[in-house]
Amino acid sequence: MARAVRSLPAALKLLFSHRSSRAIAAAPCNQRQKSTYTSIVSMAAHDSAQAEPPPAQYGGRHTVTLIPGDGIGPELAHHVYQLFRFCCVPVDFEVVNVDSSMASEDDINNAIMAIRRNGVALKGNIETNHNLPPSYKSRNNLLRTTLDLYANVMHCQSLPGVKSRHRNIDVIIIRENTEGEYSSLEHENVPGVVECLKIITRNKSLRIADYAFRTARAQGRRRVTAVHKANIMKLGDGLFLECCKEVASGYPEITFDSMIVDNTAMQLVSRPQQFDVMVMPNLYGNIVSNVCAGLVGGPGLVPGANYGEDYAVFETEHGEEHCQPQLSKPNSDASCLLFAARSPQAAFLREHDTQSNPVYRH
Amino acid sequence: MAGGAWRSLLSQVVLSAARRPQLHSASFSRGMQTVTLIPGDGIGPEISSAVVKIFEAAKVPVRWEERNVTAIKGPGGRWMIPPDAKESMDRSKIGLKGPLKTPIAAGHPSMNLLLRKTFDLYANVRPCISIEGYKTPYTDVNLVTIRENTEGEYSGIEHVIVDGVVQSIKLITEDASRRIAEYAFEYARNNQRSSVTAVHKANIMRMSDGLFLRKCREVAENYRDIKFTEMYLDTVCLNMVQDPTQFDVLVMPNLYGDILSDLCAGLIGGLGVTPSGNIGANGVAIFESVHGTAPDIAGLDMANPTALLLSGVMMLRHMGLHEQASKIQVACFDTIRDRKVLTKDLGGNSKCSEFTDDICRRIQDLD
Repeated sequence: MARAVRSLPAALKLLFSHRSSRAIAAAPCNQRQKSTYTSIVSMAAHDSAQAEPPPAQYGGRHTVTLIPGDGIGPELAHHVYQLFRFCCVPVDFEVVNVDSSMASEDDINNAIMAIRRNGVALKGNIETNHNLPPSYKSRNNLLRTTLDLYANVMHCQSLPGVKSRHRNIDVIIIRENTEGEYSSLEHENVPGVVECLKIITRNKSLRIADYAFRTARAQGRRRVTAVHKANIMKLGDGLFLECCKEVASGYPEITFDSMIVDNTAMQLVSRPQQFDVMVMPNLYGNIVSNVCAGLVGGPGLVPGANYGEDYAVFETEHGEEHCQPQLSKPNSDASCLLFAARSPQAAFLREHDTQSNPVYRH
Repeated sequence: MAGGAWRSLLSQVVLSAARRPQLHSASFSRGMQTVTLIPGDGIGPEISSAVVKIFEAAKVPVRWEERNVTAIKGPGGRWMIPPDAKESMDRSKIGLKGPLKTPIAAGHPSMNLLLRKTFDLYANVRPCISIEGYKTPYTDVNLVTIRENTEGEYSGIEHVIVDGVVQSIKLITEDASRRIAEYAFEYARNNQRSSVTAVHKANIMRMSDGLFLRKCREVAENYRDIKFTEMYLDTVCLNMVQDPTQFDVLVMPNLYGDILSDLCAGLIGGLGVTPSGNIGANGVAIFESVHGTAPDIAGLDMANPTALLLSGVMMLRHMGLHEQASKIQVACFDTIRDRKVLTKDLGGNSKCSEFTDDICRRIQDLD
């Protein structure tokens, strides 16, 4: 315990100076600097030399918005809070409850305002009742698009001591979070015929591709795979692929290849070790990230992070119903929010095993 | 036992088809049934000839009509398949198809899509059962994916709104959703399957997947003996890789079906060993191997004909030729279980022709 306390100040410095590494786009909550590509590259070059933490807001403590969510969310949030207190992590949680059963969007708007204020949030899953009419939008989706959290990053790795069919998996899945199939643009022109629009834009595709390559470079990854279905959706996914290729040309040391999504699904269940960093549009990202989470042992073991230019929201696995009490196994899923909470501290927690071990042994 | 499950499943897999009206007499001639064979591209011709050879060894009374399918521009500027291929399929009603090339950004729609549109092949049925003798990390997989094949995300309707913004339209219609749901429940009933699960993403795509789900629920009302559940796509993906035994029959729109059926194929060993059938509206059925054209091994006698062969077996049962179907199936599984003459993708070193010859030999020994 004393070791943990002693290690923390140095670790905190490491966290906030470690911008080039894991916390690549997570803006520390007391700064509104946009993480531009050039600033990150120069930081990466002077990695170890950085030692000055940015000044904290109030007395050296950081405020993080906490949205417990539904189902077992509040219970898990409580565990996170307790663990943070026990480890003397200088984080104060501002709890914002979002009542998913209410039709009005006031709750989620309050949450968004809180996140804008604090810059960083930890979120449980907010349920969406899909039997309600389309005017009731998915709260999770609303959060992502309003705050422009364009990159969803999931790092799936095989954990020691967790039994699964596959070993040695270490995949970073980067998923475009704001457009694609989740644009929620649907209409019924003729009764009985519904059209749903999938939007792919050049700007967002370039942005996510750039993010993926930056992350790969910063983490020393050798290969980026774009997942698409351009043989069928020639214009849409074709544009996405083109953008990825364009960005890839600026990163000659990283191998770029592409794979069609159904083949990817198949390869993931037979030989997941071949994947390194994967980048893809929204829906494929949903599928691939869930498959990978299942491969390493379940949603309870994989933290998820949503990064934007200015904000970062860390959450459990993207499934709307993973945190339903009747469907989840409380023991294994109790760790899911904990893992999500660990994401911002993931950089130094991995290096300072004292803190991570208790959770791993859980 | 997986082998027994295969036998019972494949023997029942088209019992529903057996209840269909008898094959048109025009397709019979001297006791021989006509089947349109579409060899396809890449390794297609090799594996088709392997299957033809095996069928000959089993003395299957089938007359093959070989046709090629390439996209041609018909009158009015619409892309279509060659008229002789269409005419042959319409006459025989049964087809066996090898892999077709789908070039990216070639200007014409995918050949598989074109075939589906032409014959209104609305249901793609893929039974995925673990093969004894071909080890994968997943054992005891026994599920069937039924995928809506005509609309959804693969409607092929795309536009460039402004430069740099592309929209792709996903189409869900009441009729198609109802039709696929009905087929799924019929299939479950005819093949003694206990549950049907609808896979959707209605929390995000409220109207479109919501419509699909509503139709499934409506159809489920008429099939009270079969358990109906709904599950989000991400939950299905998650649970599928952790415990595939919890799933039975899955019904879903096009894109999810594409990905999930390939995922399930990966669980049992890949597309090289997975059969597939496409059921159409007018009694047309095309059975196909779903793997790609593998241009890198085309012409090198390295291909694995198992997928096309098992699809052929599905086809034989559809046609009512159960005896020959069983013979070929047993021979094929015995060869794989024996592990002596396996193609490279199954872990062996033999050529396609050697694998084929081994199966032919076993069939002749069975006689």
